[in-house]
Formats: sequence, structure tokens, C-alpha cells
Amino acid sequence: MIDPAHGVDRQADLYVADGRIVALGQAPSDFREELEIDASGKLVCPGLVDLCARLREPGAEHKADIASETRAAVSAGITTLCMPPDTDPAIDEPAVVELIRTRNAAAGSLCRIVTVGALTRGLEGTLLSEMATLREAGCVAVGNALRPIENTLVLRRALEYAATYDLTVFMTPRDPWLYQGGCVHEGAVATRLGLPGIPAAAETAALARDLALVEEVGVRAHFGRISTARGVELLRGAVASGLQVTADTAAHQLHLCEEAVAGFDSDCRVDPPLRTAADRAALCSAVREGTLSALCSDHQPHDADAKEQPFCATEPGISGLETLLPLTLALARRGELSLMVAIERLTAGPARVLGLDLGHLGIGAAADLCVVDVDSSYRLDGERMLSRGRNSPFKGATLQGRVEWTLLEGRVVHAPKP
Amino acid sequence: MIQPRQLQLDEHGRLRHLLTLDGLSREHLIAILDTAESFMGVTRREVKKVPLLRGKTVVNLFFEASTRTRTTFELAAKRLSADVLSLSIEHSSTSKGETLLDTLRNLEAMQVDVFVVRHALSGAAHFVAQHCEPEVAVLNAGDGRHAHPTQALLDVFTIRRHKPSFGELRAVIVGDILHSRVARSQIHALNTLGCAEVRVVAPRTLLPVGVEQLGVKVYTDLVRGLRDADVVIMLRLQHERMQGALLPTEHEFYRCFGLTEERLALARPDALVMHPGPINRGVEISSAVADGSQSVILEQVTNGIAVRMAVMAMVVGAQAQASRGAH
Repeated sequence: MIDPAHGVDRQADLYVADGRIVALGQAPSDFREELEIDASGKLVCPGLVDLCARLREPGAEHKADIASETRAAVSAGITTLCMPPDTDPAIDEPAVVELIRTRNAAAGSLCRIVTVGALTRGLEGTLLSEMATLREAGCVAVGNALRPIENTLVLRRALEYAATYDLTVFMTPRDPWLYQGGCVHEGAVATRLGLPGIPAAAETAALARDLALVEEVGVRAHFGRISTARGVELLRGAVASGLQVTADTAAHQLHLCEEAVAGFDSDCRVDPPLRTAADRAALCSAVREGTLSALCSDHQPHDADAKEQPFCATEPGISGLETLLPLTLALARRGELSLMVAIERLTAGPARVLGLDLGHLGIGAAADLCVVDVDSSYRLDGERMLSRGRNSPFKGATLQGRVEWTLLEGRVVHAPKP
Repeated sequence: MIQPRQLQLDEHGRLRHLLTLDGLSREHLIAILDTAESFMGVTRREVKKVPLLRGKTVVNLFFEASTRTRTTFELAAKRLSADVLSLSIEHSSTSKGETLLDTLRNLEAMQVDVFVVRHALSGAAHFVAQHCEPEVAVLNAGDGRHAHPTQALLDVFTIRRHKPSFGELRAVIVGDILHSRVARSQIHALNTLGCAEVRVVAPRTLLPVGVEQLGVKVYTDLVRGLRDADVVIMLRLQHERMQGALLPTEHEFYRCFGLTEERLALARPDALVMHPGPINRGVEISSAVADGSQSVILEQVTNGIAVRMAVMAMVVGAQAQASRGAH
């Protein structure tokens, strides 16, 4: 059993009742067992908390939907999914929050879904959204997804307004002008392949601007999907200055670099792009030391048409739910992270960013957990993926770490085939 | 995913597509040049035809407008006695239209042997080669900024007819390197053939990041870049570059990077002046130089037919050998 939030790494029996963890080691006196899961030889850890997953509902149901993606998520040990606000319609009204809740219930509530509300109305970047109302409706944070807020004054006011209601602001630092037209990292591979590039400054210029405002306003900010070494340095400096700043990166960024694109493989087209080996190494160190306190899937399922085009005409994004855990465990196996830290960045770390009492196995905690056979190897078969998006560069690769059981609030939502 | 350089060779190492010169061996390059040399005689005959591709169907799939390249490919195919179909598909960015994949499938239903593909997006020829039937050969007639292998081949073919050996040559490519598929293919060809030095000359805004990693010496000063050059290749400057804040004016570009007689004098006296065409007189090159004694620009066009005949014959030949082997 590994519970990084409490520094627990031991063999022990776990007891669950009424959706909560009630005991460790010894059964409570009045415990009446209904189900026993033999987890000997396996890893038991808190259910994964994924800070960024696009479920495509409402608005892009031809790509995926809440039913298919929550099923894929729990099969991969993820018990909490955080949706960014760029659904269609955007999550800038309580009605959309309610719609998502209803759709999740209709799909059997396999996975907990939390939502990030829009920072500006319609994500247009000009008018404020009703953040207090969205918070009341259940949004855990506010943000503008991948849409830019070019007007610095509007951004500052949006941050101030969010701070009024003690809301965390989720930001993805992107300079729209430097991003424009680009589809790969601006570097040696872009030059060789003749593909328009996205320079590192597209991230760092925006990040520097955003940090300056966050510092002045004093709002709690979380920066998502960092991809550059220089970006990590800026964040380190911000944290050292005492800013309430956290950040994450996508799991695939720790495994792939710009070279992966050399065959024009559209499954490797992502936003932010895969960068250099030096960036990858810096991201890894940052995850190890905690400057990047969470790893997410950045799940973006696509229909086949979206990826079956010449490279620049494809849509960016990787279907990442089913590889989040195996990719992270691989880092631990390679010695880049300890197993404790690896699990922490998928559980307690992201839970802290969301400000939710999740991602740990303390007594009284919600019984969100998974049982993992860390030694089980398998080939990721595109045809058998549970997500409707099969756009993964890891298709055909051998992965290690198979989730056998997943529990959400004590309910079995994923079980091994008999 | 298979890289273009691997996809264009079959399991016996024969050239079954021509997608890029990046990674194409010296042996293959020389074979293409030698084959092209053998076709040079055809254009001078009474009956300008050889029956090599008789009964074969060649489809020119041009998603980007181009009269010059398309007509030379058409001529090349006809001189090999192939049946030719030319499709100019206007690819408007506003209208969705048929996907590339659907266009391909529809054409394949007509039993095509060769696709000659020109497209605005890098990797398009590679995409077609990956998705078409195994017996179909794909020739890249230019994909985005990535590659224009037949252009570079006819360029080095032209150089070879004038210069004794590549090993002593200093070749200089001047102009919009950033957007140029011709430049990228030329750099690969010249380096593979063992050129002593390959230089690129352009303002910073028109140089791709890390271009030196392609194996070139980088100059932003034409005077320094041209010194002792044996071959000077001028690239066409497109008008849009002014709109994209890459250059102030064509006037300033000509002042700093235009090939005038005065500038040409800095190169070797017997330096070749080349240009993939169409030329912009008074923008990248002066009329005096374009029409001057050192210019081989028109010869490049003539050589283009023989080179394209060679490439077409080779890939169809490889496909034929492959299918014979299968029986």
C-alpha cells in the first residue's frame, strides 16, 4: 500500500465501509465483510486525480463522450477527472455544470468529474464570467482553457475578481502570436521537416507576463502543461519569491521529444509541442523536486479524420487517460522518480491543487483507490482502447502496470474480467 | 511511424517512391543522375519517345498551382509513353472540400501507377505514400516547405555537367531559406555528393532556427557569402514575405541580397548562376545576370525533363521488379 500524503509504504489490510476508509491493518470490531479483494503482490494506492482531461461532452460528441471516457478513466485507475471549461457551450453558466453532472450520473457515475469554470464569458477574453455563481454551482477553479486573454488589463481584473472568491485560477501560458501557425517545437526537427515552429518563447513570454500579474494581485494560480526548461526556471523563481503558484505537465512530455515527429506522425502533434531532450530533462527534475507538483493526462481524444491528414492540417492532442499511470510508473522504474513521488504527483499533489480532500488513504477519507499489478506487461492495442480517441503515440508500445480494481467512494467501478 | 527516407525504399533497397533527398544514399543519387544523362539524348531525337512506361498511368495530383513543374512532369511521362492525367485541385483554406485521403481513394479506384504530388503542406507526399496501394509509386513534386527532390536533382545534374567534381565546390544558396523546400532538398543533395562547402545567405528572419544542423555555413552578409563561390543559387522571394513582417521591402532585399553583376564578381569567374524559377527580375537577381553568360537557368529547365523521366522510370521499374518477385 502506498499513500504518499501520509508517507505510508507498507503491506497492510485496508478496510472500507460506507464509502470511506475506516481502518488500516486491523478490522474494526463491527466490520461485516461484503467483498474481499486479494491484493497480495499488487500495489494499492489512492485513485488518480487527473487535472486536465477533455471528455468532449457537451459539444464534440463525435470524438468522445462522458460515458466512454469515464469508463476509460477508471479502467486506468483514475477516480477524479478535472474538465477544462472549453466545452461547447463553455462552462460559463451553472446550467453547463449541471448538464455535465447529469450526463455523468446517466453514465453510471463511474468517475468523479470536477469542472474548471470559465474565467471570461464564453472564454472570449473580454468580459468577466459569473465566477461566484460558478463556484456555487460546484466549479473547483476558474480558467480560460487554451484561449488567450490578450488584454492585460482584463486579465488582471479577472485575477482580482477570482481572488475575491478565493478561487484558484488555472492558466495555460501561451502567446497567441508566437503560437500562430506553428505545429511543432521551433528547432532542428521543424527546420529539417519544413514545419512551422512554436518557439519556447511562446510559453515563457506569456508565463512571465502572467506571473507578474499573479504576483501583484496575490491570487492563487496553477499553470498547466508546462513544456520548457526556461518555463520551469521561471516557476522556480516565482515559488522562491513566495507566490502561491503550482504547475503541472502532461505525462507524455516526460517521455517524448521533438524527434518523435520525424516521420510526420500526427499522433505526436500536441499543444504545447514535444520539445528538446534538455526540456524533457528539466521537466523531469522539476517533477522530482516538486516545482511541478502534478502530472496529468492532458487527455484529448480525437476522431480518426482529425488525425488522418498531412501533419499541419491535423488537430493537436493525445488520448492520454490509459497511459497516465503506466508512463508515470515507467519513470519510477527508470529511477527518475521514486515510486512514492511518482504516485504523489498523480494523487495528493493534484488533489492539493484542486483544494479537495482526495488523493490519499487516511482514515475517514473517501474510498477512492486502485489495485495495480505493477509487473504486468501488455501491448497498448489501439483497437482495444476504451477511450473513443485512439490517437496515442504509444499504440503498439509495451506498457507496464495494469489496473485490476478501481473503487470510487467504496463502489467497485472497475474490476478484472472473470 | 516510418520516416520518409525509409518509406521510399523497398526491402531490397530499391527506390520505390521519391519523397525526399534527406537520407538518400550517394549511390542512389548517382544512379538517378546517370539515368537522367541517358535520357538527355531522347529530347534531341526526331521521335522524342521511349516506350519504357507504355501502358502505365501517371496522375499529376497538384493541390498547389504550378504550370512549370506540372508541364515538365507531363512531358516527362509522355516521353516515356505513359498515359497522363493532370488534376489541379484548388485547395481553398476556407472551404473544407474532400479530404486528401478521399481524393486518393477515388483516384486509386481508377488503377493508377504513379502519383506525382504537389501540396501546400509538408509531409503531404509522405502521407500519400503511406496511404496508397503498395504497387503505386509516389513522386514528391513539392510538399510545403519540406522537400522538392526533383528540383534539387536537376540542379545538381546541371552542376555536374559543368563542374568536374563536387568535392572542390563551394555552393551558395541565397534567399528565403526558411520557406524553401528547394533549399532543403538542395542542401541534402549537395552534402550527400560531397560538396566542399554549402552556404546559405539570408537575413535572420528568413533563416530557419538551427539551420546549421543541416550541414551548412550560415551568412547574413551576401558579400562575405559569395566570396570564391563556384555555384550561386538564387531563390525566389515571394511577395507575402513583406506582409508577414519578415522583410521591410523588396527594394531593401535587392539592395542587400540581390545578385547584381558587381556582387557576382566576388564569386569565382567561372561560377554558375542558378535559379529554380520563376525569376523575379530586380528582386533577387538583375536581368543582366539572369541573362548573362554565367547563367544556366534555362538549361536547368531542359535538364528537368530528363531528370523527371529518370526518376519516373526508376520508381516504376522498382515496382515492376517487386511485383515480379511476388509471383
